[in-house]
Amino acid sequence: MSTGNMNLTLKVWRQKNNKTKGALVDYKLSEISPDMSFLEMFDVLNEELVNKGDEPVVFDHDCREGICGACSMFINGRPHGPKDLVTTCQLHMRSFKDGDTIVVEPWRAAAFPVVKDLMVDRTAFDRIIASGGFISVNTGNAQDANALPIPKSQADAAFEAAACIGCGACVATCKNASAMLFTSAKISQLALLPQGQPERYRRAQSMVAQMDAEGFGNCTNTGACEAECPKGISLENIARMNRDFYSAKFVSEEEV
Amino acid sequence: MAEINANIPEGELTEKWTKFKSSVPLVNPSNKRTIEVIIVGSGLAGASAAATLAEMGYKVKCFCFQDSPRRAHSIAAQGGINAAKNYQNDGDSTYRLFYDTIKGGDYRAREANVHRLAEVSTNIIDQCVAQGVPLAREYGGLLDNRSFGGTQVQRTFYAAGQTGQQLLLGAYSALERQIGMGKVEMFTRHEMLEVVKIDGKARGIIARNLITGEIERHFGHAVVLGTGGYGNVFYLSTNAMGSNVTAAWKAHKQGAYFANPCYTQIHPTCIPVSGDHQSKLTLMSESLRNDGRIWVPKKKDDTRKASEIPEDERDYYLERRYPAFGNLVPRDVASRAAKERCDAGYGVGASKLAVYLDFKANTERYGKIEASKAGNHNPDKETCMRLGTEVIKAKYGNLFDMYAQITGENPYDTPMRIYPAVHYTMGGLWVDYNLMTSVPGLYCTGEANFSDHGANRLGASALMQGLADGYFVLPYTIGQYLSKEISVKAIPTDHPAFVEAEARAVGILNTLINIKGTKSVDYFHKKLGHIMWEKCGMARNEKGLNEAIQEIRALRADFWSNVRVPGASNEMNPELEKAGRVADFIELGELMCIDALNRNESCGGHFREEYQTEEGEALRDDVNYAYVAAWEFKEGVNFELHKEELKFENIKVAQRSYK
Ligand SMILES: Cc1cc2nc3c(=O)[nH]c(=O)nc-3n(C[C@H](O)[C@H](O)[C@H](O)COP(=O)(O)OP(=O)(O)OC[C@H]3O[C@@H](n4cnc5c(N)ncnc54)[C@H](O)[C@@H]3O)c2cc1C
Ligand code: SF4
Ligand code: FES
Repeated sequence: MSTGNMNLTLKVWRQKNNKTKGALVDYKLSEISPDMSFLEMFDVLNEELVNKGDEPVVFDHDCREGICGACSMFINGRPHGPKDLVTTCQLHMRSFKDGDTIVVEPWRAAAFPVVKDLMVDRTAFDRIIASGGFISVNTGNAQDANALPIPKSQADAAFEAAACIGCGACVATCKNASAMLFTSAKISQLALLPQGQPERYRRAQSMVAQMDAEGFGNCTNTGACEAECPKGISLENIARMNRDFYSAKFVSEEEV
Repeated sequence: MAEINANIPEGELTEKWTKFKSSVPLVNPSNKRTIEVIIVGSGLAGASAAATLAEMGYKVKCFCFQDSPRRAHSIAAQGGINAAKNYQNDGDSTYRLFYDTIKGGDYRAREANVHRLAEVSTNIIDQCVAQGVPLAREYGGLLDNRSFGGTQVQRTFYAAGQTGQQLLLGAYSALERQIGMGKVEMFTRHEMLEVVKIDGKARGIIARNLITGEIERHFGHAVVLGTGGYGNVFYLSTNAMGSNVTAAWKAHKQGAYFANPCYTQIHPTCIPVSGDHQSKLTLMSESLRNDGRIWVPKKKDDTRKASEIPEDERDYYLERRYPAFGNLVPRDVASRAAKERCDAGYGVGASKLAVYLDFKANTERYGKIEASKAGNHNPDKETCMRLGTEVIKAKYGNLFDMYAQITGENPYDTPMRIYPAVHYTMGGLWVDYNLMTSVPGLYCTGEANFSDHGANRLGASALMQGLADGYFVLPYTIGQYLSKEISVKAIPTDHPAFVEAEARAVGILNTLINIKGTKSVDYFHKKLGHIMWEKCGMARNEKGLNEAIQEIRALRADFWSNVRVPGASNEMNPELEKAGRVADFIELGELMCIDALNRNESCGGHFREEYQTEEGEALRDDVNYAYVAAWEFKEGVNFELHKEELKFENIKVAQRSYK
């Protein structure tokens, strides 16, 4: 019952490491089931490659539930493929047609160097968080959680911003390779909560500075990031980040 | 069969942890700076421990195999986290959480650990909220709760269907803060392959840089494994693809006992398998059972659509069999009941291996409430369904979307089809009260250890345990050990023990590459998974287990002569990573079967067909099996049993009933 009847041509980016040049390589696949996920289709390809003694295609993936943010590939020119609000691992072959040619490439951004084939290095995101994407509270002796009521609308807004999975699709799709949507999502989450207030402006400044240092580009309000974000993170967050970033300049040095 | 000592502190149950904390020796701040701790794993258990130990002043090195600690498997947890806050004023207390957990685990967990877990549960919520974790709130601004299986109070905190993600991002941000300050050195895309022991104590690890293939040696005064569960031994499970047993297994081979390996939790509400291409199974959170009713047709082999089956021809079998808990019975009970109905021929869907999870009744009920809030006290059915759907969408929208995406069916219109799947492993490395394994200086936290859940884990308790271990327990208990290590200088990694451990790791990698056989790693993994699911899965019996052991041994021999791993070991090579993991899974699988065979009783997730009541419920044998089975590894893949007797001094051990 596993096999289906779809025949496909894949054009997959193969690149040994970040020092060598890569190229698209053609693969023919048959008997693909519409119920397979896109990554399961890749499993079939890789099994065939291994059986031939070739090296399988390397790509990042782990949860296969759309939540870890690991899977990352351009499918026919769109990050995570043709469907809105869906990660690659949750994309199913029923979204394609028998006989389709599918082009698969890695995220492209200077700040995300290719590691191998479709896998890129996104550790710049971690460094942005390390520069201030947190609330400075040590473990132990936190006050009772309900001692700090938070209006539901505010909590929900913080939650929506917090839903970012750090996949990097926003960067990959942006013509400037800007990491603003990612960074602003974290800044917003914390800025919307009372716990986040003490470090609010300092946080915006240091995270933006780190983002620039990593070589991400600037935002020119094209909105491609929002359109391609699998978690529906809103452009409003960028506006909020900009406000906080500029406000920071007016807050005295000690406060920042 | 030697006995082992769990080092449980003396005194009253309710006093043990408080007393322990105030009497444990402290390490002076200037000494902490020279003490190095290695933490393998950056999930809830690892990240919280790494952040907290660094805050305390220790030098920490943290490892994970993903590209970022934020992607650890904990990120996938959906439903929620328990804590005995009693915010709902429904009678919750530390004792009740303790009691429910012990009972839910079928009286196979250690009282002292579980009580400590219940005690610190409330601090976890406080800590996470202080970090900015956006847990769900009510209109009044206070935290919201829901219920999970096996309890009659609402003690589960949640963040829509993304609780694990939000909690992990909280711990991750605490960890990144310490990384930013230079107090934690983070090694991503690194896989630990060996434990290094010097004079009997854990003193470091051997890790492979997964990008370059380089082998590295790392020293630590102590080593902590927070490396997650081993459910992927079944190939198909709800676990992330990378979840594996390698770190724990290598520790086991160095002397850490492996406890209760056969205790596997089968989760009742997963999306059923659709074909043998499938790489993993997807969970539908247990919280859905708050609002979903589970049923099958009363008629065998009924091929009608769900909507065409009238109310009186439906069998709400959980409500029928367990009136007190109904759809909220614990997972082991719900899973077995689903299997029983499907085996008896009442299953639904193409494969007949599924039951319905139906939201209609509650959708209508919610709709009625919403309509009445808006002043309409006599709403028609259609209005109710429309308004109710909005409520359901707000509560579970992302899960419904996920279901639709995977199955191609719309769960708002037709009931979900669900079937049990491998989810969580209650077994793991044996640890004492301090979370130390049987190797001095080697600790184990989170799902990777065996403690706290007994033979079955109640929902929303794994996140609680991971964070309890990492934020509140280990940082104290490890002090007891480290306070005696302050005069030990960092040991250079050219020490013979490092050389030898590295040689062991490299030897395995080279062997795997050089077999150059004809079968892929996945071929072996699927074979193993099949044996495990069929013979050591939701139900086991003596004959099947004996067969499984033979089949696994044959599979192991086949693997080591016929596996094909392309590429080299000194470069990025995911096939090689998988091969090493599957090799360890094969050995673990055998031990799981041996353990299941040894336990001549049924308890929790371990259901031996020979031991059941007339009504088909698990039949425990407290006289002979009220112990933790801790297995010691012996040369040539042999195992020796040690027993930790479980004493129940505060709870009356009783037949577990949810009727
Ligand atoms: C789909 C799903 C939903 C769940 N929902 C819930 C829920 O609602 N409530 C609940 O309480 N529990 C839930 N659970 C269970 C819970 O998520 C896990 O038990 C828990 O998150 C495990 O945390 P951990 O920190 O122990 O391990 P993990 O999060 O698995 O982390 C393991 C870490 O170890 C690292 N690692 C492993 N091996 C090595 C190695 N050899 N070298 C280097 N690093 C290594 C990994 O990189 C990772 O960082 C769910 C589980 C699943 C699968
Ligand atoms: S903002 Fe969206 S696209 Fe960007 S990293 Fe987060 S989830 Fe991915
Ligand atoms: S594999 Fe985790 S989001 Fe796709």
